Amino acid sequence: MRRPRPGPRTPAALVAATPGPAHTIEFDGRAIPALPGQSIAAALWAQGIVAWRTTRVGGRPRGAFCGIGACYDCLATVNGRPNQRTCLLPAAPGDTVTTQEGHGHAELAV
Amino acid sequence: MPNSPSEPSGSSGSSELSGSTGVAAGGAGYDLAVIGAGPAGLAGVVAAADRGLRCVLLDAGGGLGGQYYRHPAAELRAARPDRLHHHWSTFTALSRRLAEHREAGRVEVRLRHHVVLVQGVPLPGAPPVSGASTGWRLHTSSGVESGAGSTGRVDARAVLLATGAYERQLPFPGWTLPGVVTAGGAQAMLKAGLVLPGRRIVVAGSGPLLLAVAASLAAAGAEVPALLEAGGYLGYARSPGTLAAVPGKLAEGVVHGAALARHAVRPRTAHAVIEAHGTDRVRAVTVARLDRTWRPLPGTERRIACDALAVGHGLVPQLELATELGAATRTVPDGTLALRVDAGQRTTVPGLWAAGETCGVGGAELALAEGELAAATIAGQQPPAALLARRRRLRAFAELMAAVHRPGPGWTGWLSPETEVCRCEEVPLARITEAVQELGAGDARTVKLLTRAGMGWCQGRMCGPAVACLAGAGAGAEEPAADRRPFSCPVRLGDLAELPSD
Repeated sequence: MRRPRPGPRTPAALVAATPGPAHTIEFDGRAIPALPGQSIAAALWAQGIVAWRTTRVGGRPRGAFCGIGACYDCLATVNGRPNQRTCLLPAAPGDTVTTQEGHGHAELAV
Repeated sequence: MPNSPSEPSGSSGSSELSGSTGVAAGGAGYDLAVIGAGPAGLAGVVAAADRGLRCVLLDAGGGLGGQYYRHPAAELRAARPDRLHHHWSTFTALSRRLAEHREAGRVEVRLRHHVVLVQGVPLPGAPPVSGASTGWRLHTSSGVESGAGSTGRVDARAVLLATGAYERQLPFPGWTLPGVVTAGGAQAMLKAGLVLPGRRIVVAGSGPLLLAVAASLAAAGAEVPALLEAGGYLGYARSPGTLAAVPGKLAEGVVHGAALARHAVRPRTAHAVIEAHGTDRVRAVTVARLDRTWRPLPGTERRIACDALAVGHGLVPQLELATELGAATRTVPDGTLALRVDAGQRTTVPGLWAAGETCGVGGAELALAEGELAAATIAGQQPPAALLARRRRLRAFAELMAAVHRPGPGWTGWLSPETEVCRCEEVPLARITEAVQELGAGDARTVKLLTRAGMGWCQGRMCGPAVACLAGAGAGAEEPAADRRPFSCPVRLGDLAELPSD
């Protein structure tokens, strides 16, 4: 008899998590699953997405850096509101997240 | 832009949080406000409530535990959150005791409340707590993340600051690439959201946190091709007495070491990541051996493919609320500033106590001891001798740890003129060098005014230590003074407008 092989090492397996079914958020028009309780940044990381804004000066890609709300690198436009810290913001079903360009207030044309 | 209505003005201590048990706080407010629900704050508030004080506990986060006891949201239904923690039972025990105090109406908990400002105010009626001649008014901002924000205020006769720390970063070429994250950030996202920034993650920087981070990333399924400590561990051996007095620390090191060995991760000392490569995200890093001053040794460079880098150079105490009130600081052996406290955890401002990392980074065990100690003296009691002795041993170890991992001045050797130093304002080294060498700036403040380094969203939290070092390099610089800011974190204009003018 073969010994049962251990499953793949994953964060969820490590802590024996059995989350409820994923809900869906939208990122730049693409449907993204998010587990209940995950922040928007966590949901994006889970899909291998690590950049969701561009910088004001150089237009460079950025995403979550400090993960605790101190660095403000993880800003995105969420449901039309720019400059939201996605590492602190829980993902709610149906949230629309769009890559934020620059300061996020392009519509003001300032 | 006025936001949704705030709680009624003047109703200090009103319990507007649904489900929380209100403490009957009259006009004089609470006996004690504890800011920060990490190890120090939890230990402090529980011990204070044990002694009969009516307390309010505030935290900017959505759950108890702070960064150290950060854990998956309840909806993620983690049966074994302890696997990402040491001494998880300490947290569950404190949480249980806190719940009892909440039910009994002795403690109110306000989560997702940022304390943006603490003001001294005369509080009529109530006798002062342990010699404090005035009381405090805490201005809070809540719902910042969701946009349904409101402001509030809480009055208390004493304040215990347990605001913890954030990470110290030293810049290097490519550190702004997506996939480069702070070591603590990788740990925080893993603990709370059960996610990893990549599959093959290099861990680098300095300090014992790196061992814990690498061990948990590997346990969670990441491949960790390199774990690099810029300093060394041999420095601990210089103070065998200090080390022997804290056997728990050694045991912790052994646990991390065993976990790392299980995943075939071998820490390398005197090594650093000196560049991250990629365009849309990090694809590889260059690592190099360092001399004793942390200067990269030419010819030792090696390239390692990876899709994420977790990097950090120790922790920086978070002091904004205290320094704005004029609390005195001291310089820790790792070069950071911490609050100066006496044997009873009193800051130099009467009525203001501090515990944990705000008094110098030393880990959870020390934070727990200091929180308990502060609670005793706030209640006007003499703390038990055993507690004082434990604090002394752990604080001595913290000072040793700070000295061992203090960044060497040679780290600037891995910068190039194009390296961005300030992430928010995208200020490259060349502009800072120009400010220092050609425009005569000799301190971080002048560099900031000339270059905007530290003027962006994070207010210098990420680049501050590096800018201070670059500004003062070689000039026989004085110890940097603590930043004083009227607000502890960015505040919306609408929230500012709602602050009462009295």
